[in-house]
Amino acid sequence: MVPLRDISHLLRMAAVFLVGLILFVVLRSAFLPKSFGKYGHYRGDALAEITGHPIAYAGHQTCEGCHSDVADSKAHGVHAQVNCESCHGPLDKHGNDPSSLRPEKLDVAHLCVRCHSENIAKPQGFPQVDAKGHSGGQLCESCHQPHSPEFTEGAKK
Amino acid sequence: MNLSRRQLLYLLPAAAAAWEFVLAGTPEAAPTYHSAEHWWGMLLDVTKCIGCGGCVRACALENDVPDGYFRTWVERYHVDDFHIESPVVDSPGGAKEGFPQSTLTGGKNFFVPKFCNHCVDSPCTQVCPVGATFHTADGVVLVDQNYCVGCRYCIQACPYGCRYFHPTKNVADKCTLCYHRIVKGLTTACCESCPTGARQLADLKDPKDPIHTFLKTHSVQVLKPHLATGAKNFYNGLDGSVR
Amino acid sequence: MEGFMYPNEVELQWSVLIVLYPFLTGLVAGAFILASLERIFRVEALKPTYRLALLTALAFLVVAPMPLQLHLGHPERSLEMYLTPHRSSAMAMFGFVYLWYLMAVLLMEIWLDYRKDIVILSRTATGLKRLFYKALALGSTNTSPTSLYVDDRVGWVITLIGIPSAFMLHGYVGFIFGSVKANPWWSTPLMPVVFLFSAMVSGIALVMLMYQLTSGLRERAVDMQCLDTIAKYLFYTFIIDFTLEMLDLIHRIYEADESFRSLDFMVHTKLFLSQIVLQIFLGTVAPLALLAVTQLVHLSINTRKRIYIVAGVCTLIGIFAMRWNVVIGGQLFSKSFLGYTTYKMGFVTREGLGPAIGLMILPFVILYVLIKLLPPWYKKLPAPDSAAD
Repeated sequence: MVPLRDISHLLRMAAVFLVGLILFVVLRSAFLPKSFGKYGHYRGDALAEITGHPIAYAGHQTCEGCHSDVADSKAHGVHAQVNCESCHGPLDKHGNDPSSLRPEKLDVAHLCVRCHSENIAKPQGFPQVDAKGHSGGQLCESCHQPHSPEFTEGAKK
Repeated sequence: MNLSRRQLLYLLPAAAAAWEFVLAGTPEAAPTYHSAEHWWGMLLDVTKCIGCGGCVRACALENDVPDGYFRTWVERYHVDDFHIESPVVDSPGGAKEGFPQSTLTGGKNFFVPKFCNHCVDSPCTQVCPVGATFHTADGVVLVDQNYCVGCRYCIQACPYGCRYFHPTKNVADKCTLCYHRIVKGLTTACCESCPTGARQLADLKDPKDPIHTFLKTHSVQVLKPHLATGAKNFYNGLDGSVR
Repeated sequence: MEGFMYPNEVELQWSVLIVLYPFLTGLVAGAFILASLERIFRVEALKPTYRLALLTALAFLVVAPMPLQLHLGHPERSLEMYLTPHRSSAMAMFGFVYLWYLMAVLLMEIWLDYRKDIVILSRTATGLKRLFYKALALGSTNTSPTSLYVDDRVGWVITLIGIPSAFMLHGYVGFIFGSVKANPWWSTPLMPVVFLFSAMVSGIALVMLMYQLTSGLRERAVDMQCLDTIAKYLFYTFIIDFTLEMLDLIHRIYEADESFRSLDFMVHTKLFLSQIVLQIFLGTVAPLALLAVTQLVHLSINTRKRIYIVAGVCTLIGIFAMRWNVVIGGQLFSKSFLGYTTYKMGFVTREGLGPAIGLMILPFVILYVLIKLLPPWYKKLPAPDSAAD
């Protein structure tokens, strides 16, 4: 049998490892985020942080709450499925406090063209025109009311 | 454990409140939202997409997406005749400003919107070394920006290229399915601003969601099915040439 | 960018630092395997390089995490990998493999092999150095034959465990790439094996070069039997490595799956210099041919030494190129298989060539310090009897 003093150095090394392990356990309990593991292998608090992100787009239901007249005129036209903020941009600030943010007048020349300029990749039935040839330089809204854009003979804004 | 009646009287309401807390998932932000009741996916209708890029712009505005990086983008395909293995594809600036006029004529041409598929068996969460990216109980894959170490393994592991490295926060980032909106009953920013209804948020656990009928009556596909990621973006009218 | 890439793919995520990291851990594994050939498999001829190989492994192992820390977006959070390791992540589990290998294998083996010398040095050294050796000896002064016998037996067991541990150390790195199904350049079951054998090749070549270099600097003769044996093992390991890489290549060409055309084009254009020229011809075929000549034809000592130096340097260049081709190559093509991007490597940036070069030089500096503190040359120290026990 090997005398103790001849393996004492190994026991000291084992003690070093044990101290290291204990140190690790202590460090872990100090640094581990409290909410980790609550719902899965992630920090539970992350969910609240993510859902707390501010909202930019109000959603068409909010717009229609006040602007029911526009909603009505849109509802029977071809733009019925086009939500307000598709064209008007994010307006949650306006929805919460209308006077704090007045939505800007839209740049119709570029706005309509973005969807309706002709492109062979667009679906066949989708209304698309060559902007320059179509109106001879006139703005889209000269003939098309954006909320209800079907062109009828003699239709004006 | 022996509880007196009085102790039980105090304990039960506390336990009930705690249980509500657990069920709610995000009690502070959405007290009436129960994540276990939802299973989120998306329906993409390629036959309706007009490549306007509205979704890309809306996402960037809603989620402060840095310039040059994309949580969602649109691709334009040009397929010549039967050469479905070699389409010509482009996505100028992720289609944030839409597409210029196509220079290629003939063939078959269409748009495909793309973004995180919120895969059920996502390879990205599998490889995250610290648990910074994870699945929620309602099927959304999220990134904990305060825990991510920025190793970028998840970005390598995603087969769809939907993740990027945030240039200022130095963490991985991607589509969150507008989680902050959907828990409050709103739809995602991209769906809200899509003018043709090509993108529609779907709650696969809601029996009244129109996706169930749609799936019964249309042929749909997911991207890269051979990788078995359990993708939850269902594409109607997806051509075989789509990568 | 050429062709089409998903918009987020244009920028590379893993830089030259991530090329450096498998290169460094590979050298560690290879140097260790060479040392274990002597210890476990009793290849007596390798004895002169046993300690040198261990110190080399340690110097490189200590530097290995540094490129990773420079790369991380939040290095201050890197402790999370030990606090909340995600068990399905190869990267997380690797953190523990690394820790195990450093603490339980390499440091222990070095400590046990050197303990007698450490105790002697704790008596004969002066000043701060004396304190250092005393601490390293854990205050023990026992150099009795029994204690040394115990050290030898325990060390033998640790080396035995160390061999699969070294395999795990670098095999895991290969698995980190090989398990990514999204990337067809990386995704193959051969990846851990190829990484491991190329690691062994690079480690053996490094020890071969270090032995010749240190002998030259010390103006001591090289033990040719030792050097020839190292070269022989390098040659055999290289053949296995080459076979594995050729197998991967032939398999890809034959099966020609959906990614093949894109990858093939990439190898012939963007990776032509690093793969065809540096990895295959300069880094594999040339050293193999040179080593084959030394094995088949009788050559003079000086000729062999010169050939070994050239072969060793070419090997190291080739293995570095292999890591480059895997890591960078895997990010140059689009996962749509329709396009390519370019790697813009900075110089004086956090993840640029400058820090990479610095991190390549650092292990040699550390090795120099280690050699000074723990001389690997056996004849230098007085016998234990001459020191008061």
